Amino acid sequence: MGSKNTSNPVGVVGAGSFGTAIANLLAENCNRVILYVRDSKKAKSILESRVSAYQQLSEKVEITNKLQDIGEKCNVIFPVVPSANFREMMKQLGPFLKPYHILIHGTKGFDIQSSVSEKFTPSNVKTMSEVIKEESTVVRVGCLAGPNLAKEIAEKLPAATVIASQFEEVVSVGSELLKNDRFLIYGSSDLLGTELCGILKNSVAVGAGMLSGLKLGENARALFISRGLVEMINLGKELGGNVGAFLGLAGVGDLIATCGSSLSRNFTVGNKLAQGWPMKKIIDSMEEVAEGIKTIDIVHHLSKFYGIRSVINEMLYKIINDQLSVKDAQVLLMKMPFRQEVEFLD
Amino acid sequence: MPRRKIQYDQVVPSKNEWPIVKLAKHRAEFVQHVADDSMAELSAKGKSIREVLETTLYKEKLRIKANPWKVDPKDDTPFWNRVRDELGDIQNLSTEDAKEKEKDILSRIVYRYSDEIAGNFNKSYFRFARAFVTFGFARLLNATRGKGFLALFRRQLDLQDKLHIKGQPEHIRKLAKKGTVIMVPTHFSNLDSILIGWVIQYLGLPPFIYGAGLNLFNIRILAYFMNSLGAYKVDRRKKNPIYLEVLKNYSTIALQEGTHSLFFPGGTRSRSGKIEKRLKVGLLGTAIKAQRALYQKDKEAVSKIFIVPVVINYHFTLEAPALIREHLKATGQERYYQEADEFTTSYKMASFMFKFFAMDSEISVSIGRGMDVLGNYVDDNGDSIDSNGNAVDTRDYFKSGDSITMDSQREHEYVRILSKRIVEEFHINNRVFASHLVTYTAFKMLERRNPELDIYSILRLPDEFLEIDYEEFKAAYKKLRNRLNELHKEGKVDLAEHMKDKAKDSIAHGIKNAGMYHAKRPLIYKKKKNKILIQDTNTLYYYHNRMEGYGLEKYI
Repeated sequence: MGSKNTSNPVGVVGAGSFGTAIANLLAENCNRVILYVRDSKKAKSILESRVSAYQQLSEKVEITNKLQDIGEKCNVIFPVVPSANFREMMKQLGPFLKPYHILIHGTKGFDIQSSVSEKFTPSNVKTMSEVIKEESTVVRVGCLAGPNLAKEIAEKLPAATVIASQFEEVVSVGSELLKNDRFLIYGSSDLLGTELCGILKNSVAVGAGMLSGLKLGENARALFISRGLVEMINLGKELGGNVGAFLGLAGVGDLIATCGSSLSRNFTVGNKLAQGWPMKKIIDSMEEVAEGIKTIDIVHHLSKFYGIRSVINEMLYKIINDQLSVKDAQVLLMKMPFRQEVEFLD
Repeated sequence: MPRRKIQYDQVVPSKNEWPIVKLAKHRAEFVQHVADDSMAELSAKGKSIREVLETTLYKEKLRIKANPWKVDPKDDTPFWNRVRDELGDIQNLSTEDAKEKEKDILSRIVYRYSDEIAGNFNKSYFRFARAFVTFGFARLLNATRGKGFLALFRRQLDLQDKLHIKGQPEHIRKLAKKGTVIMVPTHFSNLDSILIGWVIQYLGLPPFIYGAGLNLFNIRILAYFMNSLGAYKVDRRKKNPIYLEVLKNYSTIALQEGTHSLFFPGGTRSRSGKIEKRLKVGLLGTAIKAQRALYQKDKEAVSKIFIVPVVINYHFTLEAPALIREHLKATGQERYYQEADEFTTSYKMASFMFKFFAMDSEISVSIGRGMDVLGNYVDDNGDSIDSNGNAVDTRDYFKSGDSITMDSQREHEYVRILSKRIVEEFHINNRVFASHLVTYTAFKMLERRNPELDIYSILRLPDEFLEIDYEEFKAAYKKLRNRLNELHKEGKVDLAEHMKDKAKDSIAHGIKNAGMYHAKRPLIYKKKKNKILIQDTNTLYYYHNRMEGYGLEKYI
């Protein structure tokens, strides 16, 4: 089945660090990869330098500035753009997509319609796969999730990822295209759960970065991550995901990687917050979007709506909204209410 | 005020052109076709044929012993005894010969089932049966409306007077010309198939085939009508892998031949009174399979399959008390219950029908907009349109790369998508009657008052807790109606005309009609006390359930 699809070029939308890494991975298995770069100047410069997001591009990767090229030439497409731009991108790509297209996205964030604060309802919060289905006729949708720090993939270090989709076909096609002897693929049929893992982890990663910046030690970080996982699961279950996904590579795996590495943008945000940087300065200093800030905001509203106690996220929410200082948070952390440690397995 | 009567002409005037007539003409070939396809599918499944045979034999022996019916063929026992003996003998054969023998046995069983399921449609019987049904209904209606015996011979009223067709009747007529229509109605009462049968002929559509429970063929007269009206037989006792495969293939191939079909997608009458939420995927799957097979066969396939959801609304369901008892028993709490099949004898059935025609109560049938097998709306030409208003080619859903491929896991997901869409359409086309809303309001008020009680305790509340102050009730009713009006404006539900009356009148209409022919009406109004009295919590619960799924509970 894979060979049928590799005869067509494979598309990647978004030339950030992860998108570029994916394009290069694909180039190892396919003859042609088309990488879409939104900004025309950037596209031109990548075309000349053959370097995107500090990564040397494989010669099999073609660059385009037209989404139409991607839709019309590729049957399999990997959209990897920040969640804030995802819907807009899909609106433009949608008209070129047909029901036989396979879309496997690698975006770990929520889509939110209108501003979060004014009249929040959960029906305004969507995962990327839902956005794809809303903005196009595509049904064969999947996602990539797991511990996949782009820089390490670019350096050809060993790693694994999860491809989740309700369609076995999507998992097997995606796997055929991406796997090689240092990149392992696991399949899952829990698309929503897997997407939620990647998203809900963001806020925990911000917090872990903060703890690390405060130099509170490994014990505290481990405490934080474990409790963060519990919060992720409680909310994830409410939103319709299965616990299984959270305990696998996309959940625990991703948490461990991002909560301990300065290669993670979310981790970096937290780290700088702890060093006393103001929010605006942190955002301005980053080349790519850290999804974590937006996730903290949305998780705050979701938890409130469903009546779920998310102590850790609540603390982070107050910090990024300047209602709480990082120092106070440290005290609060040690006063986390007592409860049964693991209750989600019942 | 008499309404103007609309007469629809036949969509396909020449009866010989009716797909069902063509099918009946070639019955033998058709049965063989079903058998051949089923054989192929069963052999391709990778399971050992031997195992499938053993399971089937065991289940069939059990059925014959435990649950024999009048309609069962006389040679049932000898047939299965022979299968048993032959299976026993296989052990003495070489592997090659054994495989041959297994296939031989399988093919005989498959053919037997295929022949049993196939209907006996007959064109001239059909004409008679249909004339009888329409004519008979009209006579019955007049007689039962208290106009006396002589009214039997007056042709004043017919079903059209009491049955309002809403939604898009012209649309379904157009689709029936463009392709194959699958009608999927909600299912609350045994009367639904009669109603739908009438609607089909009234709209001038060619006959539809539908699976009817084999138990209904126990009744001679009913068997005659069902055979002539296009029914094929479904035996719910036979849950063995071979039978289920043949049954699915029967529907798939009939659809491929362009025979319009009727699916009750919930599989059986709704026990709780709720609009079906979980649909039977087996039958719906045949729609998707048939559509893919058609695309595979024909490069320029014109034969497209259309799904048309239909919602039937009435103020009351005759079987409601029995259905809700059954539901409560299934959910584990009702102790006193005896199974009652309302249709065991011709007499019971006749009295049931008589009651139905006697009731002076509104019924509406809402015909929804047609969809393709993936749940995209189609226009009058049968072309699919996606949710963003763009044209979409249904064929593309079955492609991998450039060619149509078969992927059963994919198609299984498509069934889920379709089933979700049908449920959505049921809610959109549901036409709310005042009786639905008064029962909903009353029951929700009971729940609110007793937040500590579970549903079963609420159903057993003593009488003194079953009074509701009228003014309080009216206030709650108004709030819910406002919300329904909003939903109506958003196109998420339909409302009956009488829902637009003043709250007072609409409540009165609702209370009067809610379950009006039950021994105990669920609600009555006590003028002296200015209170609403709940007389039967079970049926109240049943009727209230109809309004679940709109998120109304937040607005009371």
